[in-house]
Amino acid sequence: MTAVDEIVDRYQGGKSALIQILLDIQREYYWLPKEALIRLSERLEIPLNQIYHIATFYTAFSLTPRGRHQVMVCTGTACYIRGAPQLLHKVEEMLKVKPGKTSSDMRFTLITANCLGCCALGPVMVINGEYHGNPTTADLGHIFEACE
Amino acid sequence: MKTVTLEIDGKKIEAKGGMTLLEAARELGIEIPTLCYQEQLAPYGACRLCSVEIIKGERSRVVAACVYPVEEGLIVKTDSPRVVSIRRMLIEFMLAVAPRTKVIEDLAARYGVEGTRFEAEANLCILCGLCVRYCAEVKKANAIGFVGRGISRQVAFLPEIASKTCMSCRECFSLCPTAKIPRETDGVCFLDLTVDDFLSRQSK
Amino acid sequence: MAGRLTSIVDLERLRDEILAKRQGRRFISVSNGSDGRTRGSWEVIRAFVDEIEKQGLEKEVEVKSTGCHGFCQMEPIVLILPEGICYVQVKPEHVSEIISKTLIQNEIIEQFLYRDPVTGQGITHESEIPFYKGQARLVLGNNRFIDPWHIDDYIALGGYSALAKALDKMTPEQVLDEVKRANVRGRGGSGFPAGIKWETTRNAPEKIKYVIVNADEGDPGAYMDRGLLEGNPHGVLEGLIIGAYAIGVHEGFVYVRQEYPLATENVIHAIEQAEEYGLLGENILGSGFDFTVTVHRGAGAFVSGESSALMTAIEGKVGEPRPKYIHTSVKGIWERPSNLNNVETWANVPLAIGRSADWYNSIGTEGSKGTKIFSLVGKVKNTGLVEVPMGTSLRDIIYDVGGGIPNGRRFKAVQTGGPSGGCIPEQFLDTPVDFDQLTELGSMMGSGGMIVMDEDTCMVDVARYFLNFLSEESCGKCIPCREGLRQMLNILNRIIEANGKEGDIELLEELSEVVIDASLCALGGTAPNPVLTTIKYFRNEYEAHIKEKRCPAKVCKPLISYYIQPDKCQACLICLRNCPAGAIHGGKGLIHWIDQEKCTKCGVCLEVCPPRFDAVAKLSGEPVPPPLPETKVIRKRVAQ
Ligand SMILES: Cc1cc2nc3c(=O)[nH]c(=O)nc-3n(C[C@H](O)[C@H](O)[C@H](O)COP(=O)(O)O)c2cc1C
Ligand code: SF4
Ligand code: FES
Ligand code: FES
Repeated sequence: MTAVDEIVDRYQGGKSALIQILLDIQREYYWLPKEALIRLSERLEIPLNQIYHIATFYTAFSLTPRGRHQVMVCTGTACYIRGAPQLLHKVEEMLKVKPGKTSSDMRFTLITANCLGCCALGPVMVINGEYHGNPTTADLGHIFEACE
Repeated sequence: MKTVTLEIDGKKIEAKGGMTLLEAARELGIEIPTLCYQEQLAPYGACRLCSVEIIKGERSRVVAACVYPVEEGLIVKTDSPRVVSIRRMLIEFMLAVAPRTKVIEDLAARYGVEGTRFEAEANLCILCGLCVRYCAEVKKANAIGFVGRGISRQVAFLPEIASKTCMSCRECFSLCPTAKIPRETDGVCFLDLTVDDFLSRQSK
Repeated sequence: MAGRLTSIVDLERLRDEILAKRQGRRFISVSNGSDGRTRGSWEVIRAFVDEIEKQGLEKEVEVKSTGCHGFCQMEPIVLILPEGICYVQVKPEHVSEIISKTLIQNEIIEQFLYRDPVTGQGITHESEIPFYKGQARLVLGNNRFIDPWHIDDYIALGGYSALAKALDKMTPEQVLDEVKRANVRGRGGSGFPAGIKWETTRNAPEKIKYVIVNADEGDPGAYMDRGLLEGNPHGVLEGLIIGAYAIGVHEGFVYVRQEYPLATENVIHAIEQAEEYGLLGENILGSGFDFTVTVHRGAGAFVSGESSALMTAIEGKVGEPRPKYIHTSVKGIWERPSNLNNVETWANVPLAIGRSADWYNSIGTEGSKGTKIFSLVGKVKNTGLVEVPMGTSLRDIIYDVGGGIPNGRRFKAVQTGGPSGGCIPEQFLDTPVDFDQLTELGSMMGSGGMIVMDEDTCMVDVARYFLNFLSEESCGKCIPCREGLRQMLNILNRIIEANGKEGDIELLEELSEVVIDASLCALGGTAPNPVLTTIKYFRNEYEAHIKEKRCPAKVCKPLISYYIQPDKCQACLICLRNCPAGAIHGGKGLIHWIDQEKCTKCGVCLEVCPPRFDAVAKLSGEPVPPPLPETKVIRKRVAQ
């Protein structure tokens, strides 16, 4: 848990930095391990139940490990109007994962997002930081195949 | 604090500044229904059963009496048709979440609500937060808390803490208006209704 | 790097130096915001830098990586300054030609110009492109000239001179009065006058107070705050510092959603640069006024954009609205007076102070002054960020700037105000857009999302979309909002699933009233708006779903069927091979038909059926004709 301590130290122990610290832990591990939360509770002297409330309140946090490839489908209004539900449905079928969940082989985590700010491309899918505007079924096949 | 004069259901009252409308009404002997309010806990304003109508000049609006502070010249109606229809709808919501529970059936009887138009989704918890707040504010144990948000919000025990503190306390059992906690936890090791359950359900 | 500026004179001298150095230089401005980058703008910039070096033009030409120019549809956009020549959808391989022809030989390259969709003519200058023509980019326009990592670019444009004017020539009271007189109204919520809010915080007795930038931008489909913070962070900071001076505040926060990494990075960097220049920190420009700013990242919750929730989140606690009835401008962060304004509101402040309230008042309508930035998205030809004077009609925005509806479809509605707003139908297209007019129509300005919908959009589905969003995004604390939205969503779901009942519309209306009246915060207080406006303007669509089990726009899956028209099917096997459910029967030379039991309604058959056949149709509210008898299914290919 030295990584957690290091992050806490960066913020000089302030309770008010809790959400910022959690964001940093999430970035470091891609999820929030229970041990990290317990350690955080001790270090900041914040009750664990409050930390859990925050960790389950915000979409940035995951309390289960995420897959090797994060597939994000935008379901913001602009993308929705332009066919995000159909895109999401296709991706679900192809990856056999539901939104918010990770495939059992830890290959893919499927998440939805509310507007990524590139509505002109919509409907948008982002995989490992790469943006795809309105991909066809065939495009999706190629994209997913390339992911180990 | 200065005193202020206001009118509740046609009766004038001089109230201490900083008091809530609920407290002022009670001084006048006017009964406003409450659910999430508890004298020993900080006001929470979640059940909205204590909704009352206030009139300031031309404008009227609905506020929660348990958190709204008294104001000079305010006109308050605790039983107007608008307020009653709100309460009746809230009772219908609660009947769907917690059917066949005494507190809610009594409320339904008082407001003549005969049943609910909504499908029962009986998980019993109306999220009044009494257990969570009591555990935090009075017992300072923090063994139970909220998880999730929106329609997925719920209360959950933290097994690490509950296993140490809850067995000897159990004071939230009698606080819970729908008796969810005594009904759904074994009262021994508190391994049901935990954060871990919540998370495992989420990740499936 | 200029070092710390210790006086107004220093700032002016610096500006002169920067401008002198730029004399006679040309600039290549590349729109390189988050959206440009998804289309390869970085690669274009790198190609320009390499080519300029190769040709030894470093002295004459400079490449600028700027924020979003607004015309997202045409990214990456390259603007050659000072001429204003605009090339669209530029690729790295175009770069050497642009340098050698346009920059060296002053020749326009037709092929890269934006083409007028009506005349087909190439348009050389940015200002003549219809998308930009109808706009007044007083706030967003600066993005084109600024590399957000270079404070000098902002200063060169006259940046921080409004702050200098305020500190040097005006008392805090005078600044406050000027903002009140300009009637700058809040761009993030309900359009509350900024000056009046500032005054409340200023007059609150506590010594320590705060000012905050709300860059949570939770409205899904709106991104103008990102565009501003990413492209011109100093414009927002300047407004914030002026506000802090007027209110008497020495500490500020920028609350920015973590989904905007580039905006976060850029504003952090801008704060550091402003500190180095002495525009933030102690004794700003030698005036004796101190002010510092900290960035706080939001972790993803729409409700945390609400003022009291946002302040609770800054304290490090869960971002739920507070039940108290005391306004945050009096008791906000740590119970201290805190003034919160939206990104765009702050960005308007330097305009009102730098020029004057009178000038500001000359733009806009009676009750709404200045401009408003909209994110024009959805079913519209020109998607992008659009800044127009308040009072511009919806029609001008959607048709003149936006170019109308693509693919020859008909306009149906425009949604404004995000999840708290409403859908406005065609008969109100000539309404001038300002705070009050939109509210009158049952919608609102909100943050400025403008989502255009065509005849293929189902209004019941849209209402369900927003309700679903809000039921998940509400904090879930108070019963009317949590349970009310849950029940409203249940009803909409059943209408869409062909189980709608007589009386459902009335029940939705009854529920809406309670949710609006009794909810703890404005999320619940406005959540039913998308439902109420769609019922008000599109009641017939609800009725079709409920009574005829028909979705007029053919969107709601449980109410539609896919059907292969036997007279059009050429038995080409394409849909049959692509159907993931194996629901299509037939074969080579045999007319195809869909087994409705097996069909999952994914729509792949419609997507792959060659347009020249156009054999797959969506049906709703009518029975699917049975497959042809076996003797009739043989199809000879018609000659093509
Ligand atoms: C649920 C909810 C979400 C909100 N989200 C935002 C937001 O993302 N950005 C924003 O500027 N204002 C948001 N607001 C409005 C703020 O509460 C506040 O009114 C606004 O930031 C004040 O700034 P203004 O006066 O400059 O508009 C939201 C309000 C509610 C009720
Ligand atoms: S109205 Fe909704 S978001 Fe606001 S406090 Fe109530 S539950 Fe939370
Ligand atoms: S709605 Fe998908 S990027 Fe904006
Ligand atoms: S008693 Fe006032 S909101 Fe519950």
